[in-house]
Amino acid sequence: MQLLVCGGTGCNDLQSEAILDNLRLELEANALENDIQVIKTGCFGLCKLGPIVKVMPDEIIYTKVNPDDAREIVTEHIMKGRKVERLLFTDPITKKTISKAGEMNVYKKQLRIVLRNCGVIDPENIEEAIAHDAYKALGKVLTEMSPEGAIKIIKDSGLRGRGGGGFSTGLKWEIAFKNKSDEKYVVCNADEGDPGAFMDRSVLEGDPHSVLEAMAICGYCIEAGKGLIYIRAEYPLAVARLKTAIKQAREYGLLGNNIMGTGFNFDIEIRYGAGAFVCGEETALIHSMEGLRGEPTVKPPFPAESGYRGKPTNVNNVETFACISPIILKGAEWFSSIGTQKSKGTKVFALAGKINNVGLIEVPMGTTLREVIFEIGGGIQYGKKFKAAQTGGPSGGCLTEKHLDLPLDFDNLIAAGSMMGSGGLIVMDEDDCMVSVAKYFLDFTVEESCGKCAPCRIGNKRLHELLEHITKGKGTMADLDRLRNMSLVIKDTSLCGLGQSSPNPVLSTLDNFHDEYVAHVTTKKCPAGKCRDLMEYFIISANCVGCTACARVCPVNAITGERKEPHLINPSICIKCGACMEKCKFDAIIIQ
Amino acid sequence: MSTIKIELRQEDVAKIKEICASFNNEPQELINVLHTCQQHFGYLPAEVQEVVSDELVVPVAKIYGVVTFYSFFTMTPKGKHPVSICMGTACYVRGAEKVLDEFKKELGLQVGETTKDGKFSLSSLRCVGACGLAPVVLVGDKTYGRVAPDDVKNILKEYEK
Repeated sequence: MQLLVCGGTGCNDLQSEAILDNLRLELEANALENDIQVIKTGCFGLCKLGPIVKVMPDEIIYTKVNPDDAREIVTEHIMKGRKVERLLFTDPITKKTISKAGEMNVYKKQLRIVLRNCGVIDPENIEEAIAHDAYKALGKVLTEMSPEGAIKIIKDSGLRGRGGGGFSTGLKWEIAFKNKSDEKYVVCNADEGDPGAFMDRSVLEGDPHSVLEAMAICGYCIEAGKGLIYIRAEYPLAVARLKTAIKQAREYGLLGNNIMGTGFNFDIEIRYGAGAFVCGEETALIHSMEGLRGEPTVKPPFPAESGYRGKPTNVNNVETFACISPIILKGAEWFSSIGTQKSKGTKVFALAGKINNVGLIEVPMGTTLREVIFEIGGGIQYGKKFKAAQTGGPSGGCLTEKHLDLPLDFDNLIAAGSMMGSGGLIVMDEDDCMVSVAKYFLDFTVEESCGKCAPCRIGNKRLHELLEHITKGKGTMADLDRLRNMSLVIKDTSLCGLGQSSPNPVLSTLDNFHDEYVAHVTTKKCPAGKCRDLMEYFIISANCVGCTACARVCPVNAITGERKEPHLINPSICIKCGACMEKCKFDAIIIQ
Repeated sequence: MSTIKIELRQEDVAKIKEICASFNNEPQELINVLHTCQQHFGYLPAEVQEVVSDELVVPVAKIYGVVTFYSFFTMTPKGKHPVSICMGTACYVRGAEKVLDEFKKELGLQVGETTKDGKFSLSSLRCVGACGLAPVVLVGDKTYGRVAPDDVKNILKEYEK
């Protein structure tokens, strides 16, 4: 029997380490430590229900486990074979408790290729990874295939870059292979900067060897001897696991000189980011690795011709690399049979925001938004109404109710005015103001713009100012046209991907929620009640008993009225602090 | 540059030289050197950058350019207990802004500032990737999940010793 405990960042922060210790202690106390293994794994993808403990081979999942629950799990489940009912998962829609992982809706529609080993193996133990086929594909490539042969498989599989662009991975490798040089580099882009996205982090934390192996395969294919992983300094756990994995792989002769006795040399180093979103762009990333400011440069030349230290460099994203080994082992046909016509394979999404099952999921390309949100995601929190889902982070757009039955793939998302991006999917409900959301993303872009080109540096700032104006109730209808025109200019004239996509959240909210913008500028109202400057506190006289509690707490004396008579708020004095509403015991104060 | 003038002690200079040497004084390793220096000093004052400049033979203006470009590097010392509020999208839609406002009010600080006694500093950061716990607050290395504005006082109380 095995006890798997999630050691991903979310669960780790909720003391999963203490759960591990307690489980081990309890097992020892009952002299079971030799029969039952306790393993710390990567992310199960059920982040909101964490910390997670899974009992194998029963496949029973316990959620929201507390370190103190360890005793009951051991004495009840392990020793007496009785499930600990109170720790089982309750389906947010049917309200039924479900014990087996396979029976949970959140897992039913998933197909885990990239996440195949996350939540299954101990990421700090290379032997477990090898038992789950790690480095088998590398062996196959090194002993049975030519670089051209392996590249052809990747090309035929239809794999497209998962970092956002969606460029054919096989083609990218082929270009890098054809550019001859005595020195070439393989770079793994793990600078996952999209707010609300944590796919790459989970892969690196849960199955680091899948990335190392694929980088070595890529090294063989493009004839590079060195790999570099560019990772955010904000991911300490992923960095630690990568370091352990690299060290173990070297000890096992799977990295370094003469790998598997074939004469192929390849080694991997880690480079740290320092908090700059633009460094996800490949040319900026390369400059950052060279110790410079992470500013992008014009392409061409592409990194495949002149990249790191001016040498041919192939840059791929973590998730792209994690797809490589299964493709080599199972063949191009297998991979291309999954997904839609032009988008093959699966996609990992990080579900976050106002959704019941916050976490990490992997579905075949072409799965609809409805399936993702309402079946896998368990619907909207507190039974509220779905309003929008933002994909592609600050570069993407929002999808609305009319897109619910859209099969999610690269091309459909672009046609819908959004983009796949790296896979963050943030769900918003009826309480979210879309103008504020657009402003939030612009806030992000303004701060992250590197400042090199004028459209992005100045244009986004102006866009942000206009949105600020509108949310303060100072906007006009002409401002809406100005927003659109300026957005289009910024898109057309910016130097790199950041500027070319930064107005997307504005354009897509303008298209899909035009009425909401109009309400902000004409009637000066925020329909969602989010924009503080457009709110008005109001006393319902029928409910007011004249207790004067609100008038006494008001810091600016905006409330007047006689004792035992209904009170009034003077909107021109009110600073909208909300103190009166908190104080009122009779629900007489509302926001309009 | 920074308004804070500090005098580097002999051993501090030696430490910086040691850090640079551990990366073979390679200009390409500048970011790694700065990471390590910041880990040691807590921040990167101009004086530290000057020593790094001499060691790696990179103009100090370039180093300043790199330090100010990346949000991870700071030229002002952080408080003993740095408070960071995650402003990633998931945290934002779950009310991180209100939590941040409450911290501003309680500490009397704006983002990027440090209290006079050097105890707390306040910053916002982009997505720590713990979206399941949104909204998230970090105090030093400790993570607080699902923070409501009402929790702010209690969190700060833990450090008021």
